Amino acid sequence: MREVGEAMGPIVQALKKNRLAVIGAGILSVLVFIAVFAPYLAPRDPVELNLAERLSSPSWDHLMGTDAVGRDTLSRIIYGTRVSLMIAVVVTMIEVLLGMIVGMTAGYLGKAVDEILMRIVDVLLAFPGIILALALVGMLGPSLTNLVIALAAVGWVRYARIVRGSILSVKEERFVESARAIGCGNLRIATRHILLNIVTPIIVLATLSMGTTIISIAALSFLGLGAQPPMAEWGNMLNEGKPFMEKAPHLMIFPGLMIMITVLAFNFLGDGLRDVMDPRLKEKVEV
Amino acid sequence: MPFLEIRDLHVTFPTPAGHVRASDGVDLEISEGDSLCLVGESGCGKTIVALAVMRLLPHSAIITGRIRFKGEDLLGLGESRMRRIRGREIAMIFEQPATCFNPVLTVGDQIVEAVRVHGERSRKAARERALELMSMVGIADPIKRYGQYPHEFSGGMIQRAMIAMALAFEPALLIADEPTTSLDVTVQAQIIELLADLKARLRTTLLLITHDLAVASTLCAQAAVMYAGGIVEKGATRRVFKSPRHPYTQALLAAASGDGSGVIRGSVPELTRLPEGCRFHPRCPRAQDICREAMPAIEDGVRCHLYQHSGVTA
Amino acid sequence: MTEDMVQFIARRLAISIVVMFGTVLLAFFLLSLAPGNAAENILRAERLNDPRLGEVEIFMEKHGLNNTMLKQLGQWFYMLGHGNLGTSFRTNEPVTEEFWARFPATFELAAASMVIACLIAIPIGVLSAVKRNSLLDHGSRIFALWGVSMPNFWMGLLLILIFGVKLGWLPTFGYGGMDHLVLPTVTLAIGMSAILIRLQRTSILEVLNANYVRTARAKGLSERVVIGKHAFRNTLIPMVTVIGIQFAHLLAGVVIVEQIFAWPGIGHFLVDSINAQDYPVVQGFVLMIALFFVICNLLVDVLYAYLDPRIRYERGR
Repeated sequence: MREVGEAMGPIVQALKKNRLAVIGAGILSVLVFIAVFAPYLAPRDPVELNLAERLSSPSWDHLMGTDAVGRDTLSRIIYGTRVSLMIAVVVTMIEVLLGMIVGMTAGYLGKAVDEILMRIVDVLLAFPGIILALALVGMLGPSLTNLVIALAAVGWVRYARIVRGSILSVKEERFVESARAIGCGNLRIATRHILLNIVTPIIVLATLSMGTTIISIAALSFLGLGAQPPMAEWGNMLNEGKPFMEKAPHLMIFPGLMIMITVLAFNFLGDGLRDVMDPRLKEKVEV
Repeated sequence: MPFLEIRDLHVTFPTPAGHVRASDGVDLEISEGDSLCLVGESGCGKTIVALAVMRLLPHSAIITGRIRFKGEDLLGLGESRMRRIRGREIAMIFEQPATCFNPVLTVGDQIVEAVRVHGERSRKAARERALELMSMVGIADPIKRYGQYPHEFSGGMIQRAMIAMALAFEPALLIADEPTTSLDVTVQAQIIELLADLKARLRTTLLLITHDLAVASTLCAQAAVMYAGGIVEKGATRRVFKSPRHPYTQALLAAASGDGSGVIRGSVPELTRLPEGCRFHPRCPRAQDICREAMPAIEDGVRCHLYQHSGVTA
Repeated sequence: MTEDMVQFIARRLAISIVVMFGTVLLAFFLLSLAPGNAAENILRAERLNDPRLGEVEIFMEKHGLNNTMLKQLGQWFYMLGHGNLGTSFRTNEPVTEEFWARFPATFELAAASMVIACLIAIPIGVLSAVKRNSLLDHGSRIFALWGVSMPNFWMGLLLILIFGVKLGWLPTFGYGGMDHLVLPTVTLAIGMSAILIRLQRTSILEVLNANYVRTARAKGLSERVVIGKHAFRNTLIPMVTVIGIQFAHLLAGVVIVEQIFAWPGIGHFLVDSINAQDYPVVQGFVLMIALFFVICNLLVDVLYAYLDPRIRYERGR
């Protein structure tokens, strides 16, 4: 654990130099702040109806206007931040956990177990992610919980591959052999080495995947298969705003904008992390 | 007038770690038809000198000095003029020849490319010439080899192919960068023989870069020893190798003789942090105070305070 | 064709078959996830009031939902063997027919998008790498970053808003002539070209450092030939394989875009079927899409083996 903390120092330093990554981190901090303090920041209750003021344009009273049943868009956007970020984090955590479990099992036990598990991975990868998630939610029934299950069930594969790969490469490393020869707790050494090895790519992958996950959440909700009304979620809001495109375009613009900004922020940060943690990908000076 | 004259060549690369002085005041001359070998350990800057002559260094490199070829200053030439010189008047062969060929094109295709770039030739004539070149360098069954891909060639064979490519226009100057390094010993001997033979027949001037002293002494009449970006000793190969004067040269030769007498303590300095004064002084068994303070000038072919007429006695 | 290549293809084929078998199984078990009584729900939706007692049983009997899991699995394989994917609950047409009826529309959209994306991305990617840190480079990188971050359904909606509603230049839904194709294609092409620009740029940058590029310059070749013939040629192999795979992804990813533009393709029908709980369609379509995906990947592998002379021709002949 200490080593991870020690390793973090120079990484953060290097990251600070990457302007885009800093911007990304900044935006994300703001978003997290909004998500956490949503109840205090939102001027109104996001599900409060107010038919008298329906479909009004942005004004001082309603900074982002109101929707078809008079709910304040700004408040809904703020609460939507909470939903998107939280769900994305939960999905990613489950994916990583599942991926690690399967990857470690395949890596450690090897042979037949490895083959079977990897074939399952191949099968899952044979379905384009969104289609399988769609079908899963479709079968399970549209709800936020099922959305999480569907996305996680599709997304864990990438992490499993990384974990397994790391275990396999450590297995082949000589120092594990020599440690075993001396009789050290080879499991402990190997595990520590493996964990240190996978932390980096997992963090990079998780950050970069957050963007896709958020888009998937919004997309499925947009299709009516995720967050259900009256919950305030960006994809949902886009769907609800679609019929009023002509009269009230702001209903469509703000949620989409939020999605884009959030994904951009994660991509900035993720790109920066990848450049820092995987310097092989950077260009070298020819001497 | 010397055929190739390099004067006070400085090549610096700006990197995040500091300025890398890959070439720090190099002076060299080669006469027409002669052969010079640039020897030294890896990282001493020999290849940089060669790349500087060919003007193949990355754009970020800062180059000062003069490189005169047949009287023309190569460093001052425009790119299109330089392109006409490359491959036609000056050609270069690189180390690790297998990686110097494009893996998705046939070898024959790439040799023909060299033939056609500087001359108006029909496809048929170019192919004929390519086959001719391949025979000249000793590639057996050239017609079959012509249509093959680089990965189908052995190490020695692909080196021959590269030599064929370089000699397409019978360049006046051939620069060979470690032509034997990645090859098996038996193949090395063949390549050396080939180079010697071609050099004699085509009357090419040769600039050889190598860390292999045996190859150097076989092929070259003149020698220049490099250390940490600068030349420390130069002269006729026979004399330099038989009676070396600079402490580094002496150590190098002793090491090459393999009797364990040439161990130099310390290691080659980082090119971003070169020592003050004579670059070799931290490792020199005969270092004096003055060596720490001032860089000696080249006198009589050697850059060492021990041999300066004005200074310390040997 | 060499030993190597035959072995390579054979191996990929074997894996593909295993994977396809797995997808068939998975598609089957997809159905078992459906909660509650599908029969009940569908009948209720049809009749607009609660189904009478016997009707549910009749429905289940008719669609074989009463049998044991194993028996249903057997039935499933039997059906597949005959190229039968079942019948849609809604339209009562065979699922396969519904699929193939809509495939051309989806393919047209995907193909058009991919072609446009390539036409834009490849030249820009190459130029971006060659003129590194120039205005073009920075611009294209910003565009690429924006393109992958932009949710394509929002892009579609914005395009509809601007070009359809406000400006009225282009039709915003349905299938018809060229002009109906424009907006959905642009929507998809932006995201795709963003990915391809990044890839092309990185590939060229990697190749520019290669020894053979330096050698090509040493021969006196002009920069245009060095980049165009040597550098670019070597990025073709990875680019083509990625394009192939991305195309397969695209075919699936059009789902949402079809929904927005009311494009009568596979995705649109699939989403409608999901909403209507038309399970045979969902199951069948997912399987067909997966099979298409697997075949696409296999073709890409074969293409790769064919294009790379190092795999196609053995060493040291």
